[in-house]
Amino acid sequence: MALKAAQIEAKGGPSRHQSLGLSDEQALKMYEVMRLARAVDERMWLINRQGRAPFVISCQGQEGAQVGTAAALRPGYDWVAPYYRDAGVVLWFGMTARDQMLSFFARREDPNSGGRQMPGHFGSRRLHIVTGGSPVATQLLHAAGVALASKQRKEDAVTNVYFGEGSASQGDTHEAMNFAGVHKLAVVFICENNGYAISVPQSRQMAIANLADRAAGYGFPGVVVDGNDVLACYEVARQAVERARRGEGPTLIEVKTYRFTAHSSDDDDKRYRKAEEVAIWRQKDPIHRYAGYLRDAGTLTDQREDEITDRVTVQVDDATEYAEQAPDPTPDDLTTFVYKQEIPG
Amino acid sequence: MAVKTVIEAIREGMDEEMARDESVFVIGEDVGNRGGVFLATDGLYKKYGELRVIDSPLAESCIIGVAIGAAVNGMKPIAEIQFADFIAPAMNQIIEEAARFCYRTAGDFNLPMVIRAPWGGGVHGALYHSQSIEATFGHIPGLKVVAPGTPADAKGLLKAAVRDPDPVLYLEHKRTYRLVKGDVPAGDHVVPIGKADIKREGKDLSLIAYGLMLTYCLEAAEKLAAEGVSAEVLDLRTIKPIDQSAIVATARKTGKVLVVHEDNRFAGIAAEVMAIIMENAFDALDAPVMRLTGPDVPAMPFNQVLEDAFMPSVDKIVAKAKELAAY
Amino acid sequence: MASVKMPQLGESITEGTISKWLKQPGDQVKKYEGLVEVITDKVNAEVPAPLAGILKEIKVKEGTTVTVGTEIAVIEESVTATTAATKQSPTPPAPAGAVTQDSPSPTLGEGRGGGSDTRTRLSPAVRALIEEHRISDAELSRIEGSGIGGRISKKDVEDFVAKRVQSATANGGQRQASALPAAPPGPTPETTIPLTPMRRAIASNMTKSKQTIPHAWTVAEVDMTNVVRMRQKAKDSFKLQEGIDLTFVPIIVKAVVEGLKAVPVLNASWSEQGVVLHKDINIGVAVSVDDGLIVPVVHQADRMSISGLAKAIDDLAKRARAGKLGIPDVQGGTFTVNNPGTFGTILSYSIIAPPQAGILAMDAIVKRAIVVEGDAIAVRSMMNLCLSFDHRVLDGVSAARFLQGVRRWLEGFSEQVPLY
Repeated sequence: MALKAAQIEAKGGPSRHQSLGLSDEQALKMYEVMRLARAVDERMWLINRQGRAPFVISCQGQEGAQVGTAAALRPGYDWVAPYYRDAGVVLWFGMTARDQMLSFFARREDPNSGGRQMPGHFGSRRLHIVTGGSPVATQLLHAAGVALASKQRKEDAVTNVYFGEGSASQGDTHEAMNFAGVHKLAVVFICENNGYAISVPQSRQMAIANLADRAAGYGFPGVVVDGNDVLACYEVARQAVERARRGEGPTLIEVKTYRFTAHSSDDDDKRYRKAEEVAIWRQKDPIHRYAGYLRDAGTLTDQREDEITDRVTVQVDDATEYAEQAPDPTPDDLTTFVYKQEIPG
Repeated sequence: MAVKTVIEAIREGMDEEMARDESVFVIGEDVGNRGGVFLATDGLYKKYGELRVIDSPLAESCIIGVAIGAAVNGMKPIAEIQFADFIAPAMNQIIEEAARFCYRTAGDFNLPMVIRAPWGGGVHGALYHSQSIEATFGHIPGLKVVAPGTPADAKGLLKAAVRDPDPVLYLEHKRTYRLVKGDVPAGDHVVPIGKADIKREGKDLSLIAYGLMLTYCLEAAEKLAAEGVSAEVLDLRTIKPIDQSAIVATARKTGKVLVVHEDNRFAGIAAEVMAIIMENAFDALDAPVMRLTGPDVPAMPFNQVLEDAFMPSVDKIVAKAKELAAY
Repeated sequence: MASVKMPQLGESITEGTISKWLKQPGDQVKKYEGLVEVITDKVNAEVPAPLAGILKEIKVKEGTTVTVGTEIAVIEESVTATTAATKQSPTPPAPAGAVTQDSPSPTLGEGRGGGSDTRTRLSPAVRALIEEHRISDAELSRIEGSGIGGRISKKDVEDFVAKRVQSATANGGQRQASALPAAPPGPTPETTIPLTPMRRAIASNMTKSKQTIPHAWTVAEVDMTNVVRMRQKAKDSFKLQEGIDLTFVPIIVKAVVEGLKAVPVLNASWSEQGVVLHKDINIGVAVSVDDGLIVPVVHQADRMSISGLAKAIDDLAKRARAGKLGIPDVQGGTFTVNNPGTFGTILSYSIIAPPQAGILAMDAIVKRAIVVEGDAIAVRSMMNLCLSFDHRVLDGVSAARFLQGVRRWLEGFSEQVPLY
């Protein structure tokens, strides 16, 4: 049965979030997490440019897609398999500003890896965040496996897996979608299409305009959505998650979005894209758009905005100071945990 | 005690583990209905159903990647790669992902999974159904690698592998499936990973081997005994973590060691065994440590003459051992 | 004053070019405010100020390229600066246990191999047997080699030994005792030095120490240039005023006392009930005497100035050499300082005097070529401080911190440090 890709038009008007089943509190929480993700990221760039930490890889511009889709899941019950840009996802799922900074400075207390991995390599068993490495797209198969286990144990947990449009070219992406389609697994495949895989534009990455069209080839629906409209992302994700929970199988969601910064602190994006293009997308900043909507809806007042700004600033400053002072791992930490169960020779 | 073949022992091992623990399941090509191309999983599909014996698509990276994800979410997968020669598409998932989950999360994650793969030659399998992969994967920290050579060890190590909290590459030599028969203890027979085994005591020289070569070395030892040479045979059983103390003990005892494997010579497991002996038993050596291995050609060819030229044999082992004894 | 250095703006970046200063000397600068624009071959970036204050001096002009780490500006920190200062990367502590996997050192046998005569090529196993059974060269020449080229194999030696035992029993013990598996061989001593009470005492104490205390050992390298300079300046007037020499020992003991105050777990003793932290700091100073070593104790060293310590140590040393120390002089030590460096050694592993938890050896001060700030090479007076510590009481981190404290005190030595 052929399934067609759908496009969601942004609907306007007040109480849009309420019609999606979100309370004012939840809507504001989503806004605050987006603000926090952005603020932590901006602080990391500053510290990097001071030469005090070697590497940043940003979420800036994609917070709406990340928080919007993650908000459709139940943290701690459902699972996420993020990729390196997904600060918004992991902050929604329970990581803190301190966790981010500890990872940024590669301290011993870093919950993702004890300082062993570069920043952006999220992982926490407790929070149901699948650990990620650097080879891209491997996480799609892991997500399929997590969902398979849910099915085997007759649980209705759902797994969101995130990846860039560049990762969609990897063989593992095909294998994962194929497997998930065959077994009707509760996986939501979320492609954050920001138009560039480092410097390679979408036109060099695929022969089609919408990645979502590939879903039909795997036997499940594909949806395109404005990735900078957090509520549109939420709506689409919620439908996909409910589908999955009912046992109807996967969905491929393609969020169209944009990254404001270079690929990482080691990249110079002036080499492959124009400042004008970045400026145009900055005008569609998901945080500003959402703030505008929340104000119109009367949910975000000046006072609330100030409170959020204060909370975010305090968290970022506290996280920075805490992580700066936190101890590094020692050389003895190098050889631990190669195995869960060492066998003495 | 009952006499079984290696394939029967492996099948029983899987069956018993799946009965004992609901989180154990099998995934691979043709493992379900067909019961596996070697019948390793024969009968399991009928007994445990389609959620626990899963016929996967023809995609090795998928088999391993999905197994990893299932292990993250509380299951204990036994992932089968139909032939060790076809494991290459899954290298990324095995080396960059499975082997590193525990280390890269400082112990937060661990993967209790088994990857089973038939390996080795002597079956007219030619270039793509005869390869040895133990050195490639033994080299990777974070993986455990076992290669049993007898039915009792096959069953015992499979149980140990399933119960181990880390990823274990379980290598079953396809020539031994039906060729090698032996006693298998009744009950919950578990062989610890990381422990080699003296299969035959001796005092003039030590033969160190695993897989099919274990059987060949035992036959060679019989022949050598008839000529007055007493050969001790050490079965490694586990490639990684290798049993260093057992290797050193036998080297110290006899002072003369011959390591035998089918795998290519360069950077094969013999090189590691020899290094261990050099480092720890140099003062007890009465001769340089020797090795008898496959040649450094990509794999053993289809033609019988060529396959025989590639593979170590009982006669080749006897000849080399006599050289060593006479040193 | 805070130094602003050229940051490393990317993984493989080694240098950067100043493009444009966004602030001028005299300008107020806020923390994180843009300070300067920098160009590298990977990235062009605006570098934010690391702290708030007034830009005092620009060190590198626009258009100049400098290596990463070069000082490019100086900012005078404002009093209201609240956030933590830039974290200094600490000197990595000397690791108590190396991490890289080294092979254990191979045992070296006497090299008698080589040459075309395969008979003389003896394998390690054969050499071991020769030594164990005390086989003489004459006997060796009579052994038939059954190996390749007439090589003597382990079996050949074993067979020979078996025959030798048989003929010994057959001949009613005519042969030397060397036919039987011998006691570990050793040279017959030609003179035996009788043990003095001091030698016995040292033997007993050292054995007890090594048997009961798990020793760990770590070393810090100290730049003593400042101390050397100051001592050079002060020693003549000190000798005139005090009548005794100002050696390095009291200065180092002072540094050690400061170090112990900061890391008190080194001034402690192990007990099954708990680690006992001593209130007083009583420093034992090892003195070499005629037939051994004695360690008189400077009690309450933390209450003494450098000159006070110098006098106390001088007095104890003189009395020690004259054999005039009393019991209280050698009791109550909580930490020991040892000075093997007078004989030129550069690294020493001293043995802890129980029930103390540590002993510090100060080795020779040697002039070396050292890399200093800005990657220049300078000649400095370097000394190794070698700390042995009781690993039951403390771990490498505390040991390293203690050494770091001692080192910093010594390296920061200046005219400001009072001698009295």
